Amino acid sequence: MKFISYLRGEAFQRGVHPPSSKMTAQMKIRRLPFPPKVTVPLSQHIGKVPRPVVRVGQEVVRGQPIAHTEDWLSVPHHAPVTGVVEFIGLRPSARGPWVESIVIRAYPGATQEDLWGQPRDLSTANGSEILQAIWDTGMVGLGGAAFPTHAKLTVPKQAHVHTLVVNGCECEPYLTCDHRVMVEQADDLVTGIRYGMRATGAVRTIVGIEDNKPDALVAIDAAIKRAGVVPEGEIHAELVPTKYPQGSEKMLVMALFGVEIPAGSLPVALGMVVNNVGTLAALGQLLPAGRGLTERVVTITGPGVARPGDYIVPIGTPLRFVLDYAGAPAESHQVILGGPMMGQAIASLDVPVTKGVSGVLVFRKEDMESREVLNTYPCIKCGECVESCPMGLNPSTLGLLAAKREYEMMGDNFHLGECFECGCCTYVCPSNIPLVQQFRVAKQVLRERAAA
Amino acid sequence: MSATVEIRPAPHIKGERSVEKIMSHVVYSLLPICGFYIFQYGISAVAIILVTTAACLLTERWFITTGTQSGNLGDYSAVITGLLLALTLPPGFALWMAFVAGAIAIVLGKAIFGGIGHNTFNPALVGRAFAQAAFPTAIATYTPSFLPGRFTEFIPSSLAWPLMTPPDVVIWLKERQLDALAGATPLAKWKFEGVSVDAWDLMSSLSGHLAVGPSPLLILLCGVYLAARRYMDWRIPTATLGSACIAAWALFSFDPGHYPDPFFMLFSGGLILGAVYMATDMVTSPVTPRGMWIYGALIGLLTVLIRYFGGLPEGVMYAILIANAATPMIEQISQPRPFGKGKQKHRGASYPLNPSYISREEDAAVTPKKRILKNKPKRDSGSEP
Repeated sequence: MKFISYLRGEAFQRGVHPPSSKMTAQMKIRRLPFPPKVTVPLSQHIGKVPRPVVRVGQEVVRGQPIAHTEDWLSVPHHAPVTGVVEFIGLRPSARGPWVESIVIRAYPGATQEDLWGQPRDLSTANGSEILQAIWDTGMVGLGGAAFPTHAKLTVPKQAHVHTLVVNGCECEPYLTCDHRVMVEQADDLVTGIRYGMRATGAVRTIVGIEDNKPDALVAIDAAIKRAGVVPEGEIHAELVPTKYPQGSEKMLVMALFGVEIPAGSLPVALGMVVNNVGTLAALGQLLPAGRGLTERVVTITGPGVARPGDYIVPIGTPLRFVLDYAGAPAESHQVILGGPMMGQAIASLDVPVTKGVSGVLVFRKEDMESREVLNTYPCIKCGECVESCPMGLNPSTLGLLAAKREYEMMGDNFHLGECFECGCCTYVCPSNIPLVQQFRVAKQVLRERAAA
Repeated sequence: MSATVEIRPAPHIKGERSVEKIMSHVVYSLLPICGFYIFQYGISAVAIILVTTAACLLTERWFITTGTQSGNLGDYSAVITGLLLALTLPPGFALWMAFVAGAIAIVLGKAIFGGIGHNTFNPALVGRAFAQAAFPTAIATYTPSFLPGRFTEFIPSSLAWPLMTPPDVVIWLKERQLDALAGATPLAKWKFEGVSVDAWDLMSSLSGHLAVGPSPLLILLCGVYLAARRYMDWRIPTATLGSACIAAWALFSFDPGHYPDPFFMLFSGGLILGAVYMATDMVTSPVTPRGMWIYGALIGLLTVLIRYFGGLPEGVMYAILIANAATPMIEQISQPRPFGKGKQKHRGASYPLNPSYISREEDAAVTPKKRILKNKPKRDSGSEP
């Protein structure tokens, strides 16, 4: 037990406090110019790949559907720019392998207005109509996991949802996109929350915000007041103590309600659905306008970036364009999609911003130097990782087993499956052992063995 | 924007702790204790601290250069071993014996297991256990502290030639008319002569010419610093001292004439040094929080048992070594409970799990409150109308 954590009243005992480094927290969201060319990967989300409904050479207007799907666990895509389809085929992706993508060349003279959307009145729509409308927007979880939102808001038949939890924690250092969305788009967020409550049948919504963002709480409280009494139920905003990884839905539910979501089950087992603030705020904008998801707020930051900030970026914008505009230093050494704790370093600047990208983080060589000089020692069994693992695992023993390739034992006796790769153990490890990496390999090997 | 980017796995930021940092802070916290030890025993203490530390470093260097052991000299772990070993040996211990003990501590305690992180037993205690077995007379010969002239003159036994029996300290003390002060450690006095020393004198180590190590109070203070900076786990010393105190108190209340009071138990001998610096050795103690409690409690209990019922006056060393050996088993039974598995307790939170107006039954159904005899029908409920 850590005394400081105890005194601060932190709900979940373990976890870490990395330096927050949120240097763009007070900057207004700005709009990035439209790039000359966008690359829309067909698979930007968890689930099946939709099929393109445009041909090479076809003209598209901004907001027009360009990929369609019949599969429930999949979403359609919309043209992020007005232009002409130049290419449909393999393009590099952030994960490494080349994936099927639609490349659109923007018309330089186009106004880039979304003329496709048909404003509509959803005030009398029932839950399933709203879910269909959400599906049509192509919305996925904007927090990073990119799980299709309509599937997440769908309540299984036998279950009953009473609470919609809105995740405004943004516990990753550096990232501020959710923070700025909460401050600047609080009214849209409340609108989106009302749609979410109607889609799930929840009667209560709680927005969980980490207490390093008090201005977000003020903004949301004001928006709730402006909305008045809503027929869907009550909406509250609540501060929770700042701690990584509070943004994990299990940890947030723990912080708000003091209960642990049973292992292997979803929050719906407790009658809850958890959604990201960015997702709901975007829904609040898109649903009444009848538009599709063509842009998102992305934090572009990192030491040495000349114009860091939160930018509205069209989906499919190549990173090279984004970084040129934001003024990334020439000696950029590492470019990370997402936050520094769980984000993914990318190998090529040609990969596009997709629906699940919440931040672009640029580190220079000198920022990484402190890590280069660290010696790696054998595990000295200090127990720091055990006290940091939010899932209550024993990373020390897991790491020793991983080094011996005892993957079955890790899975069977030491609950490897519970690990969600938050990186706390690697962050604190004084011996500089790449624990999370070993666990990823172990989980992958176990998955392959289970499939074989 | 150049195109040279590197890819690394997440997390891309790193905490500030490193092995070197932890170990060097332990060394820093040991320095005041060593200073006090030198203040007590003069140049003999300086010599023994230097000799054991040098022995540990030289041996470690040999094994690192031959590639048979992990780690490097810069990680400070061998320095800790050397300093702790010196603090557990009597100040007049022959220097050649101390050198052998230091070398053995690294060879048998650390190197043969594979170096830092791999050892099963605390290396300093392995060295001391070897010295205890090899030189039983020398290790039991304590000289009084605060002797006049301690900063100018070595205790004669310190300077014995290698493989020679050291000269008898008792004769040396008699020559200098100090034999009234001569004597064994307070623990040995209690064990063999039935003389008990006041607990406050033991705590400060300052009064009289007690044959004791550095002040337990100072060690506790340094331990608090380490625990506050989280370079040491506070659970192990707490559990060790707590269980030793409880065990000693139980025996004391059972027969006050035969057993000393728990304060004497706590502050005599090496219990405080052992609990704060030896038992908390990260490599040889359990990693699991519950395991640390069990491990510490085991050490405290074993110490009291060995001191009271064993043949030796001091039991801390063997208690810690036995607990080191039990560490893997303790870890096995004390694995942490994963999130969302097993029995969970409901914590205080901002919101009730269910909005209470949905239905009272449902609200109660999810978080059942167990009360003893809840379902037992009241006896007089039937008789009332």
